[in-house]
Amino acid sequence: MRIAIPKEIHPGEKRVAATPQTVLRLRKLGFEVAVQAGAGLNTDLTDSAYQEAGATIVEDVKALWSGSGVILKVRPPETGGSLGIDETELLSPNSLLISFAWPAQNRPLLEKLAARKVTALAMDCVPRITRAQKMDALSAMANIAGYRSVIEAAQHFPRFFTGQMTAAGKIDPAKVLVIGAGVAGLAAIGAARALGAIVRAFDPRAATRDQVKSMGAEYLELHVQEEAEGKGGYAKEMSDSFLKAEMALFAAQAMEVDVIITTALIPGKPAPKLITAGMVESMKPGSVIVDLAAEQGGNCAMTRPGEVVTHKGVTIVGYTDLPSRVASLSSQLYGATVAALLEEVWVDGKITIDESNQVVRGAMVTHDGKITWPPPPLPIPTPVAPPEPGVAANTTKIESAPAHANGAAPASASTMWIWMILAALFCVGIAWIAPPSFLSHFTVFVLACFVGWQVIWNVKPALHTPLMSVTNAISGIILIGGMLQLSGPQAGSSFTAAAILGAIAVLIATINVAGGFLVTQRMLAMFRRNA
Amino acid sequence: MSEALRTSFSNIGYIAASVLFILSLAGLSKQESARRGNALGIAGMLLALLATAMRPDFSGYGLLMVALVPGAIIGGILARRVQMTSMPQLVAILHSFVGAAAVLVGLATYLGHAGEMSPAEHKIHLGEIYIGICIGAITFTGSVIAFLKLQGTMSGKPLILPARHLINLMMLVITVGIGVWFFRSSETAPNGLWPLIFAIVVTGILGAHSVMAIGGADMPVVVSMLNSYSGWAAAAAGFMLGNDLLIITGALVGSSGAILSLIMCRGMNRSLVSVILGGFGTAEGTSSNASTAAQGEVRSIDIAGAAEQLKTAKSVVIVPGYGLAVAQAQHALSDVVRSLQSRGVKVRFAIHPVAGRLPGHMNVLLAEADIPYDIVLEMEEINEDMPETDLVLVIGANDIVNPSAYEDPNSPIAGMPVIEVWKAGTVIVMKRGMASGYAGIDNPLFFRPNTLLLFGDAKKTVEGLRNALTT
Repeated sequence: MRIAIPKEIHPGEKRVAATPQTVLRLRKLGFEVAVQAGAGLNTDLTDSAYQEAGATIVEDVKALWSGSGVILKVRPPETGGSLGIDETELLSPNSLLISFAWPAQNRPLLEKLAARKVTALAMDCVPRITRAQKMDALSAMANIAGYRSVIEAAQHFPRFFTGQMTAAGKIDPAKVLVIGAGVAGLAAIGAARALGAIVRAFDPRAATRDQVKSMGAEYLELHVQEEAEGKGGYAKEMSDSFLKAEMALFAAQAMEVDVIITTALIPGKPAPKLITAGMVESMKPGSVIVDLAAEQGGNCAMTRPGEVVTHKGVTIVGYTDLPSRVASLSSQLYGATVAALLEEVWVDGKITIDESNQVVRGAMVTHDGKITWPPPPLPIPTPVAPPEPGVAANTTKIESAPAHANGAAPASASTMWIWMILAALFCVGIAWIAPPSFLSHFTVFVLACFVGWQVIWNVKPALHTPLMSVTNAISGIILIGGMLQLSGPQAGSSFTAAAILGAIAVLIATINVAGGFLVTQRMLAMFRRNA
Repeated sequence: MSEALRTSFSNIGYIAASVLFILSLAGLSKQESARRGNALGIAGMLLALLATAMRPDFSGYGLLMVALVPGAIIGGILARRVQMTSMPQLVAILHSFVGAAAVLVGLATYLGHAGEMSPAEHKIHLGEIYIGICIGAITFTGSVIAFLKLQGTMSGKPLILPARHLINLMMLVITVGIGVWFFRSSETAPNGLWPLIFAIVVTGILGAHSVMAIGGADMPVVVSMLNSYSGWAAAAAGFMLGNDLLIITGALVGSSGAILSLIMCRGMNRSLVSVILGGFGTAEGTSSNASTAAQGEVRSIDIAGAAEQLKTAKSVVIVPGYGLAVAQAQHALSDVVRSLQSRGVKVRFAIHPVAGRLPGHMNVLLAEADIPYDIVLEMEEINEDMPETDLVLVIGANDIVNPSAYEDPNSPIAGMPVIEVWKAGTVIVMKRGMASGYAGIDNPLFFRPNTLLLFGDAKKTVEGLRNALTT
């Protein structure tokens, strides 16, 4: 069967659905691969490189499409290009198309594809389950867009990202706010951190807090109780009170930060407007906003999709083709995800659509003349990460650990008071009934307990076993108790019952003393430092 | 030397011995001073013996020698012979000796001369004897059971009798009842031997039964608890004999054991009470399996592949568990570590507080295998380095690397601090089979995309790795 890799006709699109590397992979599966002449020229992939990987180069677009059972593309089929034709018209019946499709926004496209009896797998509809990670083109592209967004910001930002102390004076580091900690947001955090900026991030999904922190950014908290994780790990729309608090946070941050990167998207809805014109105007001159949601209308009110605009000294970057600006890498990653999805339907040398395969069913938008989108919901558990209380419990536990190590009792204030009062009552009770001789021993006992308590907390966990065997040996001190029984009231009459019991006690306690100390010595002799 | 002088010297000797014991425990806080700490402990013990022998009322030198010399020899042989993997058993059986000695001292004190006492003092004295004997008996039988469980003579599974809490409570009540009987019969003359013997039997059963109900992996807590009990038993003996040295030493040991138990419980995120009541790892805690049943594909790797991964990694962290001790694989592992180090790989160990069957058990095993202690780190020290680690090697551990402790609020181990191995680049888990860990729950770690399983007996696998790395 032949796979066709056409040249993308969307204006400005530089990516291509296969690279020589993925062509090799496809050929290993048993496909022939035909690449349109010049398909990869915008990404420095020459026709000869494809030929070396075993692809045939086809000049004639119509011949390329009509003679192939599988079409791999990046953008959804559209009208345009040098021939000015509709790509869907070129698809032969019963062929397989794998590309982005955006079915929610592209209803007419689906109808056309169904009418031509094409089976279309949309890369943007691959379900987000663990098994399908290698086919997750959206994440791969989002990662690239996130990284590139920082590069674009740095390009338009009239200062350094990193801070420096030079002979000519101090350079302050740039402050970057990343809104939305999905794949793109996290990639942006990482890239901005790597350039030396101070990075903060906000995401309504509490589960992202640790991810944000692990990338080295500060997580901005909103003190409103609401969980924002929707189905399949995407964000959902929030309530009014939450939105109000969120907007107040952004307004305050806008005055402070130099760069804002927004990545907030809600599946199937226009992007939420998070940065108002007023916030833009409140930013320092020279500041930059990069709006990764530009294609879905933008998170910033001033964004113009596909353009860079300046509003009162603030540059707003609304590029919708960030992955295409890193076309070589994007093509490589996209090609790999496409090939992985193709492997799912390539069974024993035939294209086989198995509707019980979650991944295939999820991605399939048209099949057999019918529109099959949206797919039935997946039976997977949605919120994988623990809700807020679980996270909070963990963090407090970790934070309080060092306090314990210093010997402080892990009790809350109120239980501590209860214990104090009980202890006081106990002491009064003892003083009431006990004779003075007992009290003096009791004093010694309590003080010894406290000394022990303070001393033992300092012992390293690595030495707990030696500690145990030493305390074990020391508790053999009970042999003193046995000794005291050895001699009767009058010297000489040793062999009383008490003396014999005492002697046995001495015997076994001595085993303990000797054994405990010697084994500790043996153990400690083994501990050595790296020479 | 006059009697008064001998008494004074003896008392000064006791004070010095107490100070030496405290210094000994303080010395154990760091590896550098630990050996000195042990020596100070020995000095303290010798001084205490000498001081007691000096007392004017002491005369049984012959009997003392007859008891002391064989005891020291037996102890010496035990200490020399024991394998480092069997340390938990040794510690447990030594605890039982302290318990037994406490019972004997209590009996002897009761039967022996008491001296002149006011009625109130007499009552307190009887109470001290009774409490001392009861603690001693619980320590004794509890330690014996712990020993048998650790030795493997007895199954490590918790024994769950239908009404075990009720049984324990009943036995406590009976013990108090016998106590009353004991007081009544000892008011005028020491006729309370029978009640004492009954009390020993009942508390002995109580001790055995309560340890039987605790599962094998809770043994670090049990052994520390028994350590603590043996201290309290010595302190109780000190009270009945009016001997401050015994009281001080007993209190030191008692609080040490209590702290260790607390640390272990914190390591498992469970309360001391729940551990003592026992029964963990049974049906009680695992109601959440339906929602969390870890699904997905497991990917495995062979020894050659694992060796290749080890060679190409820059930074490797090894997480050992009880399985390492069982398989006795620590020496082969040490060779693997050296071979990796000579290739320039940064190798470190991550030790979970409750790994093994004794607090600090893993550290001792690794030290025995000649692994330097400065590359052996605690969980808290190493967790933050996990994202920068290329490869984690998990050997014979399961629950202590289970991510559901953080991710599944319904998990029986939810909230337990664990080593966050899944944050590393790749995780290789050595396992005998797909069985779940001690807590009886699935480990989603095995299904993570960056986890590879290396099936087989830990010792054979580690030896295979060593051979693959040295050739």
